[in-house]
Order: sequence, then structure tokens, then C-alpha cells
Amino acid sequence: MEITQILFWFLSALAVVAAVGVVLSKSPIYSVLWLIVVFFSISGHYILMNAQFLAIVNIIVYAGAIMVLFLFVIMMMNLNAEAEPAKNIYLKIAGVIAGMCLMIVFVAALAQSADIKVPIAKGTDIGLIKNLGKALFTTYVIPFEISSVLFLSAMVGAVVIGKKEQ
Amino acid sequence: MEIKWYIFLSVALFCIGIIGALTRRNAIIVFMCIELMLNSVNLLLVAFSKMHMHGMGAVFPQYATDAQLFVFFIMVVAAAEVSVGLAIIVMMYRNTHSIDINFLNRLKN
Repeated sequence: MEITQILFWFLSALAVVAAVGVVLSKSPIYSVLWLIVVFFSISGHYILMNAQFLAIVNIIVYAGAIMVLFLFVIMMMNLNAEAEPAKNIYLKIAGVIAGMCLMIVFVAALAQSADIKVPIAKGTDIGLIKNLGKALFTTYVIPFEISSVLFLSAMVGAVVIGKKEQ
Repeated sequence: MEIKWYIFLSVALFCIGIIGALTRRNAIIVFMCIELMLNSVNLLLVAFSKMHMHGMGAVFPQYATDAQLFVFFIMVVAAAEVSVGLAIIVMMYRNTHSIDINFLNRLKN
């Protein structure tokens, strides 16, 4: 077994265990910490697939910015208290069964595909910053600029929604 | 490494996210499960961008570049979505003093 395969299985197990931890932990703080573990393992997968730009962006944007935003909201509003009331246990069981059925359907449908055994190419330099930056600023320059307008409107919207009403 | 292991890993992460969004009642945890689903789809897109590099993609490598830039734009939109969504959760907490999504079952009052 090669070192990349060992790393793949280790990162996959880490991602699945941490994702289960996100769903099962009682306190939202622990959910955020488990979700950071998931994001780091997904970044490890990106590095294994030689997509280094996306790995770095994933760590900076998700684990760095978005999770800090979640932590700030939880801590500043003191939401960490266990506030979930007694709920219907049948709804939980129905949710778990529905998710499992979806997984079974996906796996059963995809396992029959003819392309399922195509190997991932190794060692291509598609994901390097040089290639992606060149494409981003030539072919995709208009969506890039539109996304800056999207960020501006999201910032204005967050301020307007979060402002105290007079 | 064959493509099927990446597909099965993404399916597992996506279904764990769906189960969390269906069973949890805390609005912040539901939001985090949605982020988990977005990330599993990103992982699958990156895996697909490396899939056909032996045949078609070796001739047209810009297809793989397109896939990875699509993941980049998904991350951009997710960042904007999280800022607005957390503002909505803060507003909801200020109005109802709870983040239980069972309180959101009515459209008036």
C-alpha cells in the first residue's frame, strides 16, 4: 500500500468521524470544533489531489474566516447553553432513516456506473496558483468582478439585518 | 486511487449533513450541516476535475481548470451566504430569545 493510499484512508476516516461528531455533539462549540477538523481533512484531500490553491483557500476561508464567525456568534450571544427542549423521538428516527435511504440510493445507483473505476490522475499541475490565476483573470474576469459586488451587497445586507431596530 | 472512493466519501459526508439538518433543532448546527454538504460537493468537483486527465483532459486541460475555478466560486458564494445567514440567526435570537427552529413555524407575529 502506497503512502498516498494510507493518507487517503486516514483523511477519509477522520472526515467521516468528525462529521458524525458535528451532528452528535450537544454543545454548538464542540460542533464548530469538529467542523474545523472536517475542513482540515478535506484540505488534506485537496493537497493529495495536487489542488494546492483550493487547499489554501479552503483553510483560509472556511477554517479561518467562517468558523471564527460562527464562534463569535455563539460566544457573544451566549448560545452555548443546552436549550433544545424535549422533542419528538419519532421525527429523529425518521430523519436518520431518510438520510440512510438517500445514501443507499446514491451508492446503489453509482456502483453500477461504467466510469466508476477510472483512476484519479496523479501529478498534474492543474491546481497550481499559476494556472488557476491565469484562467481566473482572463476567461473568468467578469464573474470575478461580479463576485466582488456580491460581497459588497452581502456586507450591506448583514449590517442592515443585524442592526438594532429603533 | 479510483474515483469511486471519492464518490462514496462525498456521499457519506453529504448524507451525514442531511441527517444533521433533519434531526437537529439548533439553528446554528443546522447551518453548519449545510456547510458540511457544500464542502462534500466541493470535494467531489475537485475529484472529478482530476478524473479524465488521461484521455480527454490531457488534450483539453482547460476543462479541469474550469472545474477548480467553479469550486472557488462556490466558496465565494458560501462566504457571502454565511455572513447573511448568521445575521438572520442573530436577528431571530433577538426577537424570540431562542435559536430553536421550531419557533419559526409561523409566518406572522
